[in-house]
Amino acid sequence: MPQLLLELLSEEIPARMQAGAARELERAAGERFSRAELSFECLTAFAGPRRLSLVVDGLPARQAERSEERKGPRVGAPDAALAGFLRQAGVAREALVERDGVWFVTQVRPGRSTGELIGEIATEIITGFAWPKSMVWGNGSLRWVRPLHRIVCVFDGKVVPFSVDGLASGDLTEGHRFMGEQGAFASSDFASYRAGLEARFVVLDPAERKRRILVGAQALCDAHGLELLDDEGLLEEVAGMAEWPVPLLGAMDASFLDLPPEVIRTTMRTHQRYFAVRAGDGALAPHFIAIANIEAADGGALIAAGSARVLAARLEDARFFWREDRRRPLESRLGALAGITFHGKLGTLLQRVERVESLARKIAPNVGADADLATAAARLAKADLATAMVGEFPELQGTMGGYYARAEGLDPAIADAIADHYKPQGPSEAPPSAPVTVAVALADKIDTILAFFSIGEKPTGSRDPFALRRAALGVIRIILDNRLRLPLGEIFAASPFPATGIMEFFADRLEIVLRERGARFDLVDAVFALGDDDLTRVVTRIEALDAFLRSENGANLLAGYKRASNILAAEARKGPLPDGDAARPEGPPEETALFDAVKDVAPTLADGLAREDFAAALAGLASLRAPVDAFFDAVLVNSANASERDGRLRLLAQVRAAMGRVADFSRVSG
Amino acid sequence: MASRALSFQDMILTLHGFWSRQGCVILQPYDVEVGAGTLHPATVLRALGPKPWRAAYVQPSRRPSDGRHGDNPNRLRQFHQYQVILKPNPPDMQALYLASLEAVGIDPKLHDIRFVEDDWENPTVGAWGLGWEVWCDGMEISQYTYFQQVGGLDVSPVSGEITYGLERLALYVQGVESVYDLAFNDPQGPDHMTYGDVFLENEREFTAFEQEVADTQMLERQFHDMEAMVPRLLAAKGRRGQPLVLPAFDHVLKASHLFNLLDARGAIAVAQRQSYIGRIRELCRACAQAWVSLQGAGG
Repeated sequence: MPQLLLELLSEEIPARMQAGAARELERAAGERFSRAELSFECLTAFAGPRRLSLVVDGLPARQAERSEERKGPRVGAPDAALAGFLRQAGVAREALVERDGVWFVTQVRPGRSTGELIGEIATEIITGFAWPKSMVWGNGSLRWVRPLHRIVCVFDGKVVPFSVDGLASGDLTEGHRFMGEQGAFASSDFASYRAGLEARFVVLDPAERKRRILVGAQALCDAHGLELLDDEGLLEEVAGMAEWPVPLLGAMDASFLDLPPEVIRTTMRTHQRYFAVRAGDGALAPHFIAIANIEAADGGALIAAGSARVLAARLEDARFFWREDRRRPLESRLGALAGITFHGKLGTLLQRVERVESLARKIAPNVGADADLATAAARLAKADLATAMVGEFPELQGTMGGYYARAEGLDPAIADAIADHYKPQGPSEAPPSAPVTVAVALADKIDTILAFFSIGEKPTGSRDPFALRRAALGVIRIILDNRLRLPLGEIFAASPFPATGIMEFFADRLEIVLRERGARFDLVDAVFALGDDDLTRVVTRIEALDAFLRSENGANLLAGYKRASNILAAEARKGPLPDGDAARPEGPPEETALFDAVKDVAPTLADGLAREDFAAALAGLASLRAPVDAFFDAVLVNSANASERDGRLRLLAQVRAAMGRVADFSRVSG
Repeated sequence: MASRALSFQDMILTLHGFWSRQGCVILQPYDVEVGAGTLHPATVLRALGPKPWRAAYVQPSRRPSDGRHGDNPNRLRQFHQYQVILKPNPPDMQALYLASLEAVGIDPKLHDIRFVEDDWENPTVGAWGLGWEVWCDGMEISQYTYFQQVGGLDVSPVSGEITYGLERLALYVQGVESVYDLAFNDPQGPDHMTYGDVFLENEREFTAFEQEVADTQMLERQFHDMEAMVPRLLAAKGRRGQPLVLPAFDHVLKASHLFNLLDARGAIAVAQRQSYIGRIRELCRACAQAWVSLQGAGG
């Protein structure tokens, strides 16, 4: 079956856009082939520093014949309308078929050749490509990520001719910028294309480039007794920056190892895209691995030496910052925070710090933290934003504050809190557990959420520019992982911002957390409806409820609850329900038994709830199952006798109320 | 490599020769203080409008906040950019750039030359473009940009701009650690001069002036004078009825430099900063618009 090869050769594509571009190319091509009713077996895109490539296998040589039905005018429409339709469709009157008073014509369209369609499809893909950022160049009007130089488009061994903004397609492309045979070479299919590139020092597949980087880096490490520090993000990036990746080992002056390891790693990674390496003892080694894009004749000696020099200059800067920053206590940086706007509508960073301070003080006793330590840590938590190091490396916020706090001899609990209060930043990062850190981390996140809600910046759909969802998720994980007992409502009330909508926002987030852990979302609703703001208790209750509903008694009691609720709701529509408690009924034994059961369960329920032993409370409720079932089997609620009816309705209302103390069962599905 | 390496001035002369052969007019540095070579009217104004243009020049670039009294071997308050603008950018502009590196002594088969994403933006002149910083063995040696907007206006045709950091490039080519040790002219010659011989005293005196001595009240007054002059010049008419765009733009550059001086003196509060930048951008936009209509009128 025929194969399509498409390559778009351009100037250097930003590494961070490559993976997305390959997916976009696959999506755009797949969609257009489907629309053109061209089937294919396999469609794969590759992205690299200078090219986007696509191979599609198993395409037909021609489109299948297609029949299309076109709708014409109504029967009895003026002749002119009918004639116009016939002319437009290019058919004779005999071809018309009437259905439901309307003329239709079925036309068979011969399939077009795939090559011809590919020309159109490729043009559309190129002109409509969704780059995150694109540009124009020269005198042209085509938008691409960087100037586009060549289009290879070969179908079934032959060039598919078309042109985009003056650039004609062909079968020629180029290899590595500097290595191997220069000039263009032709490809007749994907295999010859891939081999032609490999011979000219271009690895087409990003996965293969990554593999070679890792294998090469590993070999260098092994030869020198070093260990490579994994960094998936960096690997992805460097694989997008070299067509022929060559790992090189470089040396760093050992005196730089006095710097915090985070500073060294960040300098290597952010500025230079080097990998850090560890020595046998686990500490950073005075070496690095750089990924060059060339096999130099001198084995890369000049490149490694040059790279080492640049790194030394960078680390020299970092050392300067490290020294200068420690000359002043963190406290002295607070003045600078007054000059930094946190957000146009939310005042300065210093104002924010003051809010976080007072929240941390409020939270501290609830999480077992010393209130003075928590307040002091909150006060200094953002001070490192005014240091030179964090100015240079924003990703070291917190971390540097922690180092500087330790250097000036502050309480280790304060230093740890400053260092870790941004945690957890992602699903893979563990939430903090040290009490002072927990107080500051919670205060920081809660202030962020309330502040942005107060100015209408709630997350909507995929838009969450201030990462409020992540902040709420952080709060939830800190609370649940540490099994904290925190009255969130009281904490929110201590903030100067209104708490409107905040609890609901947390409920939504909690629902997602619990669903990920396998809990039922309706149970989250059922428990949240009680208005409890203690997330740990909420979760305990949900877990107990879940176990209960899985039991036979639970499932049946739920059915009984639904039945009682339905009756009460139906009766409530007719008129007000009788209020007050039921008196012990004289009626059928099933009614009396239920009355007694409800009465008997009250102390067990109250005791279970008081001890927050929800399993016990629910076990108590389970004792209602048999009497409820028996009641519904034997007793007619809607008795003709009004006082009987009222008594039974009161009894059902009592059953509902008793169960409602554990959860709002009306929100439980099933 | 150091023995055969080009001196600082030979590097400039080599680049002049190289870009002259590409049809560039070789201009002199603009004689108004600027923070970057882009601000030379030969780039920022000529990038606007439909007329083709090719130019190359050295531009001393003043960054008053970066002064270190001549103590830091890598940081200068005035450094030199070699600036090339090709409008429209030719299809082989990257190849030309790489050839120019070879001309100054960087062999791309022995060094690792990379184009690393870096989108350039200059908010004070309302300009941005897409391109790269060019790395040589991990060191940034040039900025390469395809302008998309200048003075807040879309450009067409597009200009390609290359900015070489001359001191950095020379440090690399000559293999020395301190900028002040660079050979300015032939290091073997009888009259050899280092970069320090030529510029160290400038660094010392100007750092003191710019960061400690400059009279901020005077600078503020001058800023307002320059700012007020721009609309007057754009409203005035030359003999051929044209607005006085080039003199107006000089005043924008002067205002911009005065802002940099005020900033270096720490006289601009964080809250005021954006407002200053916005004012300069507006002046620049007015000049850009006047320049474009002048071009359209066949000026």
